[in-house]
Amino acid sequence: MLHVAVEIPYWGQSLLRVLGGIAAVLLPAGTIVYLFLFKMMSFMQSRLGPMEAGPFGSMQLFAEVGKWLQKEDIIPENADERIYKMAPIIVLVSTFLLVVVVPFGPDAWFTNFSAGVFYALAIGSVSVIGILVAGWSSANKYSLLGGLRAAGQLIAYELPMVLAVVGVVIQAGSMNLQDIVVAQNTGSIFGWDGIGFPFVITQFLGFLIFMIAVQAELTQVPFDMPIAESELVSGYMTEYSGFRFLIFFIGEFATAGVFAFIASVLFLGGWGVPFAWFGWDSLDQVDNWMNIGGPLIMLTKMMVLTGIIMWVRFSYPRFREDQLQRFAWKVLIPLSLANIAVTAIVKVAI
Amino acid sequence: MSLFLRDYLTVVWFGLAAIVLAGLLLGIAAAIRPSRPSAEKLLAYESGVDPVGMGWSQSQVRYYVFALLFVIFDVEAVFIFPWAAATERYGVFGLVTMLAFIVLLLDGLVYAWKRGLLRWV
Repeated sequence: MLHVAVEIPYWGQSLLRVLGGIAAVLLPAGTIVYLFLFKMMSFMQSRLGPMEAGPFGSMQLFAEVGKWLQKEDIIPENADERIYKMAPIIVLVSTFLLVVVVPFGPDAWFTNFSAGVFYALAIGSVSVIGILVAGWSSANKYSLLGGLRAAGQLIAYELPMVLAVVGVVIQAGSMNLQDIVVAQNTGSIFGWDGIGFPFVITQFLGFLIFMIAVQAELTQVPFDMPIAESELVSGYMTEYSGFRFLIFFIGEFATAGVFAFIASVLFLGGWGVPFAWFGWDSLDQVDNWMNIGGPLIMLTKMMVLTGIIMWVRFSYPRFREDQLQRFAWKVLIPLSLANIAVTAIVKVAI
Repeated sequence: MSLFLRDYLTVVWFGLAAIVLAGLLLGIAAAIRPSRPSAEKLLAYESGVDPVGMGWSQSQVRYYVFALLFVIFDVEAVFIFPWAAATERYGVFGLVTMLAFIVLLLDGLVYAWKRGLLRWV
């Protein structure tokens, strides 16, 4: 591993990591909301979207935060107050804990778990607790229904997501995300190493299942049963107002960004460029400038993936609850198990 | 402290950072927002009419069945991952064992399917 010229003490490193983590959570959330939710959706519906605040409405986000800061915080009389207040924070914490595993460069990582994939998938389901708790503590029928639907849906789509990743782990032979990135960028397709070997080529089915599951985990539109504004008002968020609602909102889009980061690490080669371009053989030889270039590459891939997620969101009507469960249990899970079997057989046979 | 544990300490810092960030923003909001609660405002929202009965109503047992199925398959995934990370080392023996394991669990899904547990209504 290349060493940074100055030795930073542990508290300094931790501070840098935390600041980097806050940037890695809030920047994607802001860009997704402005670029896709405000602008792309408007253009798809033949309108302009926000235009007043700043050039092309680019300051709209700050205006929105200012607005939400001034809103009254209403806590229903019958609600379980302490848990009601805790729920949005649980969702935000789970997002922060998720971004911890994402590697952004050869040295630019927050943590380097040897079982990073496992950690990511485990923490990815913590937000369910926040959502379930929010639905229950509101003491509102819509909230309760929304919370239960969210739990049922996240549970059902957690499995295809976990099982789709197994194929990648089999191919890379490691659960460390850094190793998975290196395996993709040092690989070659029948001896041609021009683009490395991103796993999306052989694991296309896994990638597809993973992205569908991500869509469902984020409760984005074809899978937005838990929120379903035309039947449940706003699902588990019905009673939330003011800044607590905004935390749920930020959490939703920040998690979209983080899941896109993870998907690009697992399937699209992560922060790396094909190592053959610069004659690198292993992680140790990667030049220092990749610590700057890596995050930019990750950001690009994240934008592409979230762009697809949002595109689907704006294009499709909502599933029914029974269709949703049927799709997960009868299509995605058997398919992902078959994917594991085929990948393993090919890996062992070759 | 070992590097391994330090990685987990970073996780703790991130969790704390999230709590501090949320606390800070909520604190600012608490300082500048109005607070004028009234009895009507604090009622549970039910499309504008007075709420009927309790908010904590009973719900379908369906969710429970799906939760049980989930636990089975999640445990399966826990067993699959260590093998997946070292498929080459375990070779054909590991492959056959693991495929048998997957097929056995798939059996469970097929059974639940046949019993009609995967049907929503």
